[in-house]
Amino acid sequence: MCKNCSKSDLALLDPVLEEFAGDNHALVAILQRAQEIYGHLPCDVIYRIAEKRGLSPAKVMGVATFYSQFRLKPVGKNLILLCKGTACHVNGADSIAKALKDELGISDGETTADGLFTLNEVACLGCCSLSPVMMINETTYGSLTPEKAKEIVRSIKAEGERQ
Amino acid sequence: MRVVVGEGSCGIAAGALAVHRALEENGCEVGITGCIGMCYLEPIVDLYGDDGALAARLVKVGEADAPRIAQAAKSGDVTGLGDLLITGEDRSFLEKQTRIALRNCGIIDPESIESYRSAGGYEAISKILREGMTGEDVIGEIRTSGLAGRGGAGFPTWFKWNAARNSKGGEKFLVCNADEGDPGAFMDRAVIESDPHSLIEGMLIAAYAIGAEKAFVYVRAEYPLAIVRLEKAIAQAEKANLLGADILGSGFSCSLRIKAGAGAFVCGEETALIESLEGNRGMPRLKPPFPAEKGFDGKPSNINNVETFANVAWIIRNGGAAFAAMGTETSKGTKVFALTGKIRRGGLVEIPMGLTLRDVIFDIGGGIRDGKKFKAVQMGGPSGGCIPESLLDTLIDYKALGATGAIMGSGGMVVMDESTCMVNMARFFLDFTAKESCGKCVHCRIGTKRLHETLVRITEGKGREGDVELLEELCRGIKDGALCGLGQTAPNPVLTTIRYFRDEYDAHIRAKRCPAGECAALRTYSIDSGKCVGCTACAKKCPAGAIAGDLKKPHVIDESKCVKCGECVKACRFGAVSVK
Repeated sequence: MCKNCSKSDLALLDPVLEEFAGDNHALVAILQRAQEIYGHLPCDVIYRIAEKRGLSPAKVMGVATFYSQFRLKPVGKNLILLCKGTACHVNGADSIAKALKDELGISDGETTADGLFTLNEVACLGCCSLSPVMMINETTYGSLTPEKAKEIVRSIKAEGERQ
Repeated sequence: MRVVVGEGSCGIAAGALAVHRALEENGCEVGITGCIGMCYLEPIVDLYGDDGALAARLVKVGEADAPRIAQAAKSGDVTGLGDLLITGEDRSFLEKQTRIALRNCGIIDPESIESYRSAGGYEAISKILREGMTGEDVIGEIRTSGLAGRGGAGFPTWFKWNAARNSKGGEKFLVCNADEGDPGAFMDRAVIESDPHSLIEGMLIAAYAIGAEKAFVYVRAEYPLAIVRLEKAIAQAEKANLLGADILGSGFSCSLRIKAGAGAFVCGEETALIESLEGNRGMPRLKPPFPAEKGFDGKPSNINNVETFANVAWIIRNGGAAFAAMGTETSKGTKVFALTGKIRRGGLVEIPMGLTLRDVIFDIGGGIRDGKKFKAVQMGGPSGGCIPESLLDTLIDYKALGATGAIMGSGGMVVMDESTCMVNMARFFLDFTAKESCGKCVHCRIGTKRLHETLVRITEGKGREGDVELLEELCRGIKDGALCGLGQTAPNPVLTTIRYFRDEYDAHIRAKRCPAGECAALRTYSIDSGKCVGCTACAKKCPAGAIAGDLKKPHVIDESKCVKCGECVKACRFGAVSVK
């Protein structure tokens, strides 16, 4: 991590830092808002938050890496959250994971070279009765089979190319 | 007739929004409700008669059904909807339940405070304030009810409230733990999405009882719909002077804020949750001091789970004795379960304590689907265990379930059939806890990793004699050496599967065989020469080129080349490829 490896527009962060200026317990909330602004948490943003909050960058980084929601790298246009919860496991989530990895050529946590898809395996989306399940952006897809999962990804890709 | 679409997360995932739109396009005025709990029948559309009673419940509705539903709603004649009507058998799924925490779920409009009020909502807090009940009175009623923490530990709710009430130190906080992290559990999400005001009312009563003026709901970020509905409900309650300063002119003030979690299972542990609320890494603290003395911001705090709060208003309105009349000696009231896995009728089930596991899984859930055989039920998620068929008559009771080595837990009930490998199940949970261990305690951080590695080895056919004993030793060490509940209970999935399914461990380790046929590395594929017609479909699909044979002659699999992907089984239309 270095201060200069990213060039973010830090002015966008000021209103957030101001809003939480009097709140000593707001680091997680600030990081959440920062991620909404930048899509992920670039290094210079982490340094900026540390400086403004009077914390060490290590402390901020420690919180950012503790929670699975925070990302230090940009994500693809479509974020696939593949549920690996218990019900999905029992109903074949591993075969869906394999199908997606084969189709996209990436592993858990990676982004495709064209920047279209990021694959994240998550613990539970809470739609157990429709297992196995995945969520792409805000849409949930249930009762998946490996073929169905591949088709969904292909159709999103085709749509992206049409636009 | 009034048309209402069930729009919880499950319903929406099953297509409820498309049905909603289609109904509107056909001229219907469409109302919404939350989750009735019959997830396996979603999307669900309810038709209410002019008398306000449910006239017809339609299940597995598609967009294409919208025109005739709209027609029926206009004419009041539902005879043309016979194929969509819920069957008597499916109705019994609900009829066998007793709903307290879920009393309004799937019935009222979760986005309307009037709808909650028309179901008796906010009467409990009004009664308390109007009649001038003291905090002690409220706590006394909760004590009579025997309500215990529904998040899993089952600690008496009144005791925690009382400790927080009696704690000296000025400002106090109330926190709702909605960080529902157990994979396979979604009770809390359903309550917030379907009846957010009942959570708010329960929290108001608790805040009044302990003397807190600030309350938080700590919700998982993975539950966006729950957050949206709760935000709406808070705004409505503030407008109605049910939240904020001088509530209903009583002098009692309480504010409520949502804090979105950022994704860490350990934050379900109350001291870790407090750390996370304070903006830190969510690592558990040593107890004592308990949160009732030193919690959020070092001030006395009380933390309860969503389902616990959802019971509170009902208890105040109906009396603690009515709640305590249900259940067993050691467990009172009802409990909500998320029934999932290889079950025929999966969904949310609320039953009185004291029924048996068999009642829930077979009577209500309809047993195992696809004609397979029941093997085990997993309760309590990563902190719980697997209960075998021989113990299906165990009562749903904190003590009785604890004696099996599993726990009541927060309500996840994942049913498994003969095709589920129990060693792989233990591996699955340890993969989870090893990733979710916060790293503070060495035994948990490294112990869960070693457990996971050993289980991976066994499921890959590299198990060694003595591995089971090694697992048991590691489990003892982790139980003794971990600070918080996550570590202390992490070995439970391993210990219970060893206890009840030792033969499966032995088969993996000694015979290099997976009896359930789930562990890929231990499978062997072969082609039955009597059934194979030599169509070459499997050979074409095989990614490893392991299948050889001439056209119209039986084919053979070269085991040394086989990568055990199972593509040949799927490709064969004659059932000639068998797996062992």
